Amino acid sequence: MQSAVNLWPLLGVAVIVAGFLLRLHPVLVVLAACLATGVAVWMPPLDLLAALGSAFVKTRNLPLILLLPLAAIGLLERFGLREHAQAAIGRVRSATAGRLLIVYLAIREGAAAVGLTSIGGHPTMVRPLMAPMAEGAAERQAAAQGATLSDAARQRVRAMTAATDNVGLFFGEDIFVAFGAIVLMQTILRGEGIEVDPLHMALWGIPTAISAFVIHAWRLRRLDIYLTREARR
Amino acid sequence: MMLRLEHFYYVVGAILAIVAWMSLTDRSNPRRYTTALFWGLYAAVYLLGDAMPAALAGAIVVAMALLAGCGGVRSGTPDVLPDDARRASAHRLGHKLFLPALAIPLVTVVASTLLKDVKVGELFLIDPAQATLVGLGCASIIAAALACRLTHSTPLRAMREHRRLVDALGWAFFLPHLLAILGLLFTQVGVGKAVAYVATSYIPMDSRLVAVTVYCVGMALFTIVMGNGFAAFPVMTGGVGIPVLVGVFHANPAVMAAIGMFSAYCGTLMTPMAANFNIVPAALLELPDKHAVIKAQVPTALPLLGVNILLLYFLMNR
Repeated sequence: MQSAVNLWPLLGVAVIVAGFLLRLHPVLVVLAACLATGVAVWMPPLDLLAALGSAFVKTRNLPLILLLPLAAIGLLERFGLREHAQAAIGRVRSATAGRLLIVYLAIREGAAAVGLTSIGGHPTMVRPLMAPMAEGAAERQAAAQGATLSDAARQRVRAMTAATDNVGLFFGEDIFVAFGAIVLMQTILRGEGIEVDPLHMALWGIPTAISAFVIHAWRLRRLDIYLTREARR
Repeated sequence: MMLRLEHFYYVVGAILAIVAWMSLTDRSNPRRYTTALFWGLYAAVYLLGDAMPAALAGAIVVAMALLAGCGGVRSGTPDVLPDDARRASAHRLGHKLFLPALAIPLVTVVASTLLKDVKVGELFLIDPAQATLVGLGCASIIAAALACRLTHSTPLRAMREHRRLVDALGWAFFLPHLLAILGLLFTQVGVGKAVAYVATSYIPMDSRLVAVTVYCVGMALFTIVMGNGFAAFPVMTGGVGIPVLVGVFHANPAVMAAIGMFSAYCGTLMTPMAANFNIVPAALLELPDKHAVIKAQVPTALPLLGVNILLLYFLMNR
């Protein structure tokens, strides 16, 4: 069976890899990969356009989660939401960026594990609340050393905030039985003639979920050490 | 009447049409015509997507990608309050500013868990199949109304702020959608089979540790290529997991599936293809390095992948 596999579709993958390595414009890279894939399997141009178009229409739900909350968030930002988030965390003496994000990681992963995946998210929690709070805490840490937060450190705190949201979501949601991934796994194994209890898959996800928390929390502690060292320079 | 996802497609279409109009009339934007065309085309796909022929939608994808890729999508000068005015308003409104922001997750959770089963007459109040997204849509509208009330602003002001954020995202907003299209195309032409063939035919998998490593690392690598663990899982499980791990080494399928999917998620943390999680946040947080979030995640993802390999190796015969 394996001798009949067509390897030409990998051309599209090669275009993607080359494009990202050459740091070309991502949108053009992806467009080129679409065209290369179509050419590689000898798809007539009109069929290729139709394939792209129906995929475009079919995946319209994707940008929703990003687009819909922006009106409320934008308005609150105009009237000082970020400034207030920073000031509020600045009054908590024991708050550091690392500790704050460890608490957020625990909440995010725990909430996702019981199915509440919409507590969190980049447009709704990270940009308006968590990133300004982590920055506020980092500013206080720097001020305690008699320094100001450097641009590099500020960007590192922001990136780690976004990363914390992702890690919490990904490794929490798979230990909730009703989540889509568990259903997908069950369906695919059933197609291969293997019957698995979803609860077992959810349970066997727990060791990884705990490891993810430990590894990322340790890295968040390192973030505090990095911030202190940066401020002392 | 039942609230369905389609209703929010019209909301999104209307919002994008307003963004297009505001871009067209914004003289501070050096590329206002192409920017307006880009958002206008996007709006058309949301408003008329079901009615238009697939090839036309495909032509729109190509046109939008060219507009964005050739620098045609720019932002105007954002109209923001001066720093001291914003600080004064933050001081005046205080913790009340948190309420509309926190209303978004709370209302979404309530709608997707409690209201999911509520029926009015014969029909569900919200479409149970899409409860979370519909819930998020309702929550966003409620939060916007609360924010208007709290700040004594008009809906027009809310739309201007909405446009400011969409403008700041620019083409990064479109990239996840474009990548999802590429993912579907890859699936259609059989990239998965080709990758599984390459992964399995050149590596001898007679040792248990090698087989486990190929399965977990393959899962992560495939996800890096496709940007989506859901695309990698069937391929690697069909290609390596079931024939080798279960067939030869008698692994417990539940352990294999659970740890396999988590290995795929390690790949998601490391790829620009998962644009919604990795590229969009960099744009949202105004980071100059588009890959800053990925760079922050790799030192978590790689050790975790190693842990997954060990966990699967030691737990698979339980």
